[in-house]
Amino acid sequence: MKDIWTITKKELKSFLYSPIAYILTAFFLLVSGFFFYNILVWANDQTMRMMQSGQGLNHININQMLFEPFFNNMTIILMFLLPMLTMRLFADEKKMRTEELLLTSPLRLSAIIIGKYLTALIIYAIILLLTATYAIFVFVYGNPELAPLLTAYLGLFLLGAVFIAIGLFASALTENQVIAAVISFSSIILIWVISWVGESGPEAWRGILTYLSFFSHFKNMVSGVIDTQDIVYYLTFIFLGLYLTRSIFEFRKWR
Amino acid sequence: MIQVENLSKKFADVQAVKDISFRVEKGKIWGFLGPNGAGKTTTMRILTGYLPPNEGWARINGLDVGSDLKSIKRMVGYLPEVVPVYSDLTVKEFLRFVAELYGIERKKIRFAIDRVVEKTNLQNVYGRLIKNISRGYRQRLGIAQAIIHEPEVLILDEPTIGLDPAQIIEIREMIRSFKDSATVILSSHILAEITQVCDGAVIIKEGRLMATLTRDEWGKNLEIVTTGMASGTDWSDLQQAFPVISEVRAEGQVLKLEFRETLNDFNKIIKYLIEKDIRIKEIKAGLEALYMKVILAEEGRAS
Repeated sequence: MKDIWTITKKELKSFLYSPIAYILTAFFLLVSGFFFYNILVWANDQTMRMMQSGQGLNHININQMLFEPFFNNMTIILMFLLPMLTMRLFADEKKMRTEELLLTSPLRLSAIIIGKYLTALIIYAIILLLTATYAIFVFVYGNPELAPLLTAYLGLFLLGAVFIAIGLFASALTENQVIAAVISFSSIILIWVISWVGESGPEAWRGILTYLSFFSHFKNMVSGVIDTQDIVYYLTFIFLGLYLTRSIFEFRKWR
Repeated sequence: MIQVENLSKKFADVQAVKDISFRVEKGKIWGFLGPNGAGKTTTMRILTGYLPPNEGWARINGLDVGSDLKSIKRMVGYLPEVVPVYSDLTVKEFLRFVAELYGIERKKIRFAIDRVVEKTNLQNVYGRLIKNISRGYRQRLGIAQAIIHEPEVLILDEPTIGLDPAQIIEIREMIRSFKDSATVILSSHILAEITQVCDGAVIIKEGRLMATLTRDEWGKNLEIVTTGMASGTDWSDLQQAFPVISEVRAEGQVLKLEFRETLNDFNKIIKYLIEKDIRIKEIKAGLEALYMKVILAEEGRAS
């Protein structure tokens, strides 16, 4: 545990000294803020219309009208943003040849990998926490339900945690940060839409591919439903990402 | 003590190291000598636990580099060819990080950092960002990180490469001072460096061990390249003046001397020759002559 923290502490320091973390946070908030504002305007408009047409207030659900589309949009931003957060984690060590320092130290390889993973996770959690300010405004002026909102946040956090695991793996593959970002970005998109193949393919594949896709698991959580199956899916994916990262290092020793 | 036995390392299609064996006694400094790409770095990486060998074994103080990896890594200090530093940290932050990597106790970290900073003369740049320090300081920082956990074995890959002459002398002196506390292996392709610093040398070429030489061997001969030396000069007076000389041979313009025992100071002989009006163009210390002999003999065998 102490070993993991040694790495995390150093990585956080590097992130905070470089402009990357700040720029990513600023742009994430700018873009997500823009989305939120537009969805808010749209939801407001819809509510007005529904009231005018006399459809009654019981049909209006702030969570459904505001947060669901907002979270769906956020996932798109995360697909772009998180690869940029993770791309340097190992690629930079290789490029600067500092990898040798880490790998000849008595630290276990898993501690190094988890330490790096944790760093990206912490920064991501902070960014996510900052978007909670939008929700606070909604609570001040309206009365949305808290529980489904928290579930959606948990879903978004886990989804991002999977993206980060993929990004970490991609970063271990190359010493070029841009290549790492491209690999993680395209892997995320492919896994996202893999269910499309299933829809037109044979019956047996459909179930598997739909299960593999992020999309089906995220949908439930955004609408406020927690299913252990989804949590297991995310955790498996994270474990797999970290395990494969480890394998890369083991493999390279013999190459 | 470092023992290496029939060590081989193969990458996908390159045999980087083939069947290398040697041993370095405790408290000695040994050099890896050989052209670029000879397998020096690969051998060092195996000794530090960075790479596993395909065949053979290596032991450090009796522990195997394959199976006792964790103890090996604690025991060995390593300076890679490219100094592994994070340019966005300060010297102080970096050394603290390395101390933590090696599991130095929290309350002893301060002491350990002070010790290496003093030893490597980093006081002037202690608070500076690493990206802003000069090449010489960077190299010293590399040595500082390698010795922070007081290793019993120190492995230095090209420790003086890219430095100016004054810095080279400084680093060499620093390396010599480690002899009291550690067994040292350093790689170099500069013969003079090995002669000055090392107790012995392993000559590696194309992944294979060409020769193992000790100070005793290279201290026992000397080659002097002269100009305008008349052929057939009688050198018996030189032998009379220096009984330590067991044999004198003149091959063209080259005077070859062999000694009965290891000689570290050739100055008196040189002075004697100058007084005899011999014009000296070049002095090749013993290692250089031996090195050329080994490399040339190998090339002769190959062709």
